[in-house]
Amino acid sequence: MTTLSEAEIEALLLSLRVSSVAVLVALPFALAAALLMARRTFPGKILLDAVLHAPLVLPPVAVGYLLLVVFGTRAGLGGWLYETFGIRFVFSWTGAVLASAILTFPFQMRAIRIALEAMDPGLGEAARTLGARRFDRFWNVTLPLVLPGLVAGAITAFAASLGEFGAIITFVSNIPGQTRTLPLAIYTALQMPGGEAAAARLATLSILLALVFMALAGLAQRRARAYYA
Amino acid sequence: MSVAVSLRHRQGAFVLDIAFESRDLGVTALFGPSGAGKTSVVHAIAGLLRPTEGRIAIDGRVLLDTRAGIDLPAEERRVGLVFQDARLFPHMSVDDNLRFGWRRAQNRMDEPSIARIVEMLGLGPLLARRPAKLSGGEKSRVALGRALIASPQLLLLDEPLSALDAARKAEILPYLERLRDEASVPVFYVSHAVDEVLRLADRVVLLGDGRVTSEGSVFDFAAGEIGEILPASGAVIDTRLESHRDDGLSMLSFGGGVLAVPRLAGLLGARLRVRIRAEDILLAREEPRAISANNVLAARISSLKPFGAEQVDVHLACGEARLVARITRASVARLQLRAGEAVFAVVKSVILDPRALRGTNTLG
Repeated sequence: MTTLSEAEIEALLLSLRVSSVAVLVALPFALAAALLMARRTFPGKILLDAVLHAPLVLPPVAVGYLLLVVFGTRAGLGGWLYETFGIRFVFSWTGAVLASAILTFPFQMRAIRIALEAMDPGLGEAARTLGARRFDRFWNVTLPLVLPGLVAGAITAFAASLGEFGAIITFVSNIPGQTRTLPLAIYTALQMPGGEAAAARLATLSILLALVFMALAGLAQRRARAYYA
Repeated sequence: MSVAVSLRHRQGAFVLDIAFESRDLGVTALFGPSGAGKTSVVHAIAGLLRPTEGRIAIDGRVLLDTRAGIDLPAEERRVGLVFQDARLFPHMSVDDNLRFGWRRAQNRMDEPSIARIVEMLGLGPLLARRPAKLSGGEKSRVALGRALIASPQLLLLDEPLSALDAARKAEILPYLERLRDEASVPVFYVSHAVDEVLRLADRVVLLGDGRVTSEGSVFDFAAGEIGEILPASGAVIDTRLESHRDDGLSMLSFGGGVLAVPRLAGLLGARLRVRIRAEDILLAREEPRAISANNVLAARISSLKPFGAEQVDVHLACGEARLVARITRASVARLQLRAGEAVFAVVKSVILDPRALRGTNTLG
């Protein structure tokens, strides 16, 4: 029960890698979407908001299926990417990253948006009268002020990403070392006779990881509040 | 140093149509009730509000000219703005806040000048703190310092005291007085408080309903001669601390005579603004000799204006200074007071804030 097998360590490391890369890939998009939603008004904003939040409520299997339809090597976009750049998502850990990034994107976007909306809009005006141009204001005023929200959102997204199952198994299958992340390893263990002990080990590990990262996210928020309040 | 502003702006049903010019250094108060368009004017000057039409120039440098298609962005205007709510950057120390505009300025102020501003505003002990650890009054002072250290060509103060309680206001006013006397930048001071205007302003532009209703010197303003909105509140006189006498009085000279006041702790030569309320001046035809009042000034009546049914405001010229005496209609008749005649003004009391004693050094 206490030691992990090589295959289990492989699954753990793959999970950590897939989740970190997924968070980093989704971050710029989450930041851009949060800025758009927090600072602009435009027709169709409510609709776009629904679309951006959809990954939270769609069945992950459906998302995996959609990804397969769009990014499969025989699909339009997927085929073009494969033939032009040699980029292939299906059956690859990068596909797991893509699925995780899409599904956990709303966690990051929401946290950043809330931080942006909590920021005093007058600070930007003050910075302007002191000579700070747009990028300067973003980099030196907005970003530091939303950083705690951004970090908390990233940690939450990372923790959620560790648990991603349906979309990954549907989109990129269950290949050891490539796409078999912790949840898929648990599922695999349960399919095998006598795999209950392995499943229990991995499930415990997953739960511990999730709790640790959620606590970290909470800590980041609290530190930030103490710092700015 | 001249600042010329003319603006037309429509915001829903509210129309702002304003033009005024300020030719000297010193403080120009933009005075008017809430909703008169004061904040819109300063935001337009700072570049945070784009008016429908207008032209704004500082010493010939055009910031906005809608006809010529010129509209410098706020970040290039070099117009400092101190907001009602300070708006300090919460993630930066006071020192970093102070240097935010300075770091982005083209011609950076030298370190000794920064040190003088830090000293003038009493910011030394606060430099390492974060804004969250400052009191309301301290925040206002940091916001003022931050705007000044960016070396603006014009400094706008948008009701910087309105968010503070009376005690905090009293704490900040002396700093603002030092600012007026020591900073070499024209200041536009937005306010709806008569008291602040009387203490700080050199000139007053009265705003009402989106228009300039009147303008003039603070002395005219105090005498109720501009605007017709406010009754005379008395006289504002800028004086110089001339001497300390052995009998416990200090002598303040001004362009109309000398005022004796209870001993002050200031350095000789210091400038001091005093106020004399209209109710605190008595008039005499002949120079009164045996009298307890320390100050009897020779003056000439410039005009008489009824105040209510029973009283008359007698406006007096005393050298360069102007005084207002509020006396009864009966007294006017008895003394047969008419414009142009010489009288003696007996000053019962002079209002001065001992903390308002100011140095004579000048900020570069």
